[in-house]
Amino acid sequence: MIATHPEEHAEHEHSPYLRHHFANLEQQRETSTFGMWLFLLTEIMFFGGLFCAYLIYRNWYYPAFVAGSHQLSIALGATNTAVLICSSFTMAMAVYSSEMRWRKALVGWLLATIVLGGVFLGIKAVEYREKWEKRHVPGLNFSAAGFTHQDPNYPEDKPLAPDMAEKTQVYFSLYFAMTGMHALHMIIGVSILIILVIRAWGGAYTQGHMTTVENFGLYWHFVDIVWIFLFPLLYLISRHQ
Amino acid sequence: MSTIVMLPDQQTASLPKRSYLNEEYGLKSWLLTGDHKRIAILYLISITIFFFIGGFFAGMIRLELLTPPSDLMAADTYNKMFTMHGIIMVFLFLVPSVPATIGNFLIPIMVGAKDLAFPKINLLSWYLYVLGGILVLAALTLGGVDTGWTFTTPLSTHYLNTHVITAGLAIFVAGFSSIFTGLNFIVTIHRMRAPGMTWFRLPLFVWSHYAASVLMVLGTPVLAITLVLVILERVIGIGVFDPAKGGDPLLFQHLFWFYSHPAVYIMILPGFGVISEVISTFSRKRVFGYTAVAFSSVAIAVFGFFVWAHHMFIMGVSNYSALVFSLLTMLVAVPSAIKIFNWSFTLYKGSITFETPMLYAFGFIGLFTIGGLTGVFLGSMGMDIHLTETYFIVAHFHFVMVGGMLMAFLAGIHFWWPKMTGRMYPEGISKLAALTTFIGFNLTFFPQFILGYLGMPRRYAAYPPEFQVLNVLSTAGATVLGVGYVLPLLYLAWSLKYGKIAGSNPWQATGLEWQIQSPPLTTNFVETPVVDYEAYDYEWLANKTKHEVQTVG
Repeated sequence: MIATHPEEHAEHEHSPYLRHHFANLEQQRETSTFGMWLFLLTEIMFFGGLFCAYLIYRNWYYPAFVAGSHQLSIALGATNTAVLICSSFTMAMAVYSSEMRWRKALVGWLLATIVLGGVFLGIKAVEYREKWEKRHVPGLNFSAAGFTHQDPNYPEDKPLAPDMAEKTQVYFSLYFAMTGMHALHMIIGVSILIILVIRAWGGAYTQGHMTTVENFGLYWHFVDIVWIFLFPLLYLISRHQ
Repeated sequence: MSTIVMLPDQQTASLPKRSYLNEEYGLKSWLLTGDHKRIAILYLISITIFFFIGGFFAGMIRLELLTPPSDLMAADTYNKMFTMHGIIMVFLFLVPSVPATIGNFLIPIMVGAKDLAFPKINLLSWYLYVLGGILVLAALTLGGVDTGWTFTTPLSTHYLNTHVITAGLAIFVAGFSSIFTGLNFIVTIHRMRAPGMTWFRLPLFVWSHYAASVLMVLGTPVLAITLVLVILERVIGIGVFDPAKGGDPLLFQHLFWFYSHPAVYIMILPGFGVISEVISTFSRKRVFGYTAVAFSSVAIAVFGFFVWAHHMFIMGVSNYSALVFSLLTMLVAVPSAIKIFNWSFTLYKGSITFETPMLYAFGFIGLFTIGGLTGVFLGSMGMDIHLTETYFIVAHFHFVMVGGMLMAFLAGIHFWWPKMTGRMYPEGISKLAALTTFIGFNLTFFPQFILGYLGMPRRYAAYPPEFQVLNVLSTAGATVLGVGYVLPLLYLAWSLKYGKIAGSNPWQATGLEWQIQSPPLTTNFVETPVVDYEAYDYEWLANKTKHEVQTVG
C-alpha cells in the first residue's frame, strides 16, 4: 500500500512557497481557499444570531423600530454604503494586480482600500457621536423622551405610546451591537491590510503566491456584504412617506 | 466473519530511533510546534489539568451533599462550586477532550496526510484554549461565578455581582479554539486525503469527527455572539435580553441552546468514533453497517440543530413549538440507536478479546444507552415537566457525558497510548481502573435518577433528610469514581518510562495509523500512502502479513 510519487517530490524542490505537508501548490491553494470559505460560514453564523434577534424584535416592536430608524441619517448611511462598495472594487483590483504581478499597482490598490475603510469608520464615528448627543445610547445615556412626541420630519408617524417608546432601546441596542460588530470587523480588516501593504511593498504577493491576498479579499467582500444587509435593515424602515 | 491476524512477536519490538517525540528538544520546540501530534500532547496535558480541577469541584459538591443541611459551605459558595464544575468540565474538558487530543493526533494519520491543513491555526487554537482556561482560573481566583454554566439571563446580566464577564470572555475565547479545530478537521478531511482514500474508505472515527466539526463550525459562533451580547448587557446596559427595556430573556435561552444542544453532540460524536474503532479492532470484524454508522453521525449533526428548545419546555415556549421540538427530539434518538445496534451486531460472532479499551467501550455502550433512553423520557413533554430541573436531569446528562464520553475518551487514550508514546500501559491495573470507573460511576449517578424522580431539585446545597441515604450512596460512588480516574493518571505516567515497548501494531488493527511506527515520525509517513482497501479490512491485513514481515522500529 505504500508507493512513491516521484512527481510530488519534484514539486517539493520547485516552489519555495509550498509547505511541507501539501503534495503540490494546487492542493495548498485549494485548501486555504476552502478554509477561508468555511471561516466565512462561521462569520455568517456569528452575525446570524444578531439578525435573528433583529427579526424577532422588529416583528414585535415595529413602530419603535420605525421611529428609531427615522433617527438615523440616510445621507451618511448611503455614503458609507457607496464607500464600502468602492472599497470592494479597489480590493478586487488589488487581487487582480497581485495575479498580474504588478507590485506597485497592488500596493496602490491596497492603500486605496485602507483609505476607504478609514473613511467608512470615520463616518461611522460621526454617526455614533450624533447618537450620543441625541441620547440614543441604551444603558449609557438613553432617553425615550423624544419618541413620545410627533416627529416633525415624518408627519405621518404617530407619536409612540410611552411603553412602545421604551422599546426603541431594543432597536438602538441592536443598532449598536450590529454596526459595532461590523465596525470591529472593519478595524480588524484595516489592520490586516496595513500588514499586507508592508509585505506587498517588499514584493511578497507578486511572485506567483497570492493566496493570502485572495483570501483576505474574500474576507473584505464578506464584511461589505454584511453592511449591504445592515443598511436597509437599520436605515430604511418605512421611509417611503 | 472475524479474521484473526498474527503479527510478529511484539516482545522483540524496540523503540524507533527517530520519532516526533525526539525530533527536537526543549520547551520552545513544543510551544512553537506546528506538528499536530505535539499539539495533541499539549492539549492532552492541559485538558487533564482542567479535568482534575473540575473534578475537585465535583468532589466538593458531593461532600456538601453528604448531609441534608448546607453545612460544609454557604449556599452561594455551593453555587460557585457547581458553576465552576460545569464551566470547566463542559468548555475546557468535554468539548476539546477527544477531538483536540486523540482527533488531533490521528485524523491526519488516518486520512494519510502529513499534518492538518493549517498547522499554525492548530497551534493558535491551543493557545486560545489556554487563554480561555487562564480566564476561567482568573474568574475563579477573583471570587468565582455563580450563574450555573448556562449563564441564564436576567440572572447573569442583572442580579449577580460575581465575575460573569471574565467567565463569559473565557468561553468566548475557548469557543474560537474549538471553531479553529473544527475548521481544520473539515478542511483536512476534504482536501488532504491520501490517494485512494475515498470517503467510504475513511475510518468511522474520521466520519464522526467530521460531523462534530460541522457542529463546532456552525454552532460555536452563535454562542460567541450570545456571550458578547450578555457581556455588553452587563457592561454597558444594552437591552437585547433585558425585559425592562423590551428585550426577551427567552431569546437568550434560544440562542444559548442553539449552540449548547449541538454542543452535546460535539462532545459525544468523537466518542462514537473511538468506540467504532475499538469495537471493530477487538472483535476482529468490520463495523457492521459501515455506511449506516457513517451517515448516522451526519444525521445526528443535522437533527442536532433542530432540537434545542427541549431544554426550554417549562420556560414559556408555545405548546405547538414544544410539540414539534419534542417530536424532533425523539427523532434524534434514531441515529444514536442505529449506532448502538450496529456496534452490537459488530460484536455478534466476532472474536472478542477483553483488553482495557474494550472494557471501557462496553461501559460506554451500556451507560450511553441508559443516558440516551432517559433522554427520550425527558424529550416527552409530560415527563419533562415533572423531571426537569431535578437530579434526574443531572443523572441523565452525566450518563451521557461521563458514562458515555469520558468512558470513550479513556477507551481512546488506552487504545492509542501505544501509538502516542510507543509504550504499552500496564494491562492488569488498567483493567482494574476500568472496572472501578464503571462501578463508581453507577454508584454515583444511578441513585440520582431515583432522587430526581422523587423530586429532589438540582442546584441546591440543602435537601430534605429523607433523601440522605441515596445522597450518601452517590457521594460514596463519587469517591470510588475519583480513584478510578486517578489510577490511569498514575499508571499512564509510569508507563512512559517503564511500559513495555509497543511496536507499531500491538492490536493487529487495520487503520493507517497502525501501519506506521510508534511513536510516529514527525511527517507521519515515510512515503505518501496509497490506499487500496476498505476500513477495517482484516482479510487485507491477514494477506498482508502473510507476505511480508512487519518491520518495527
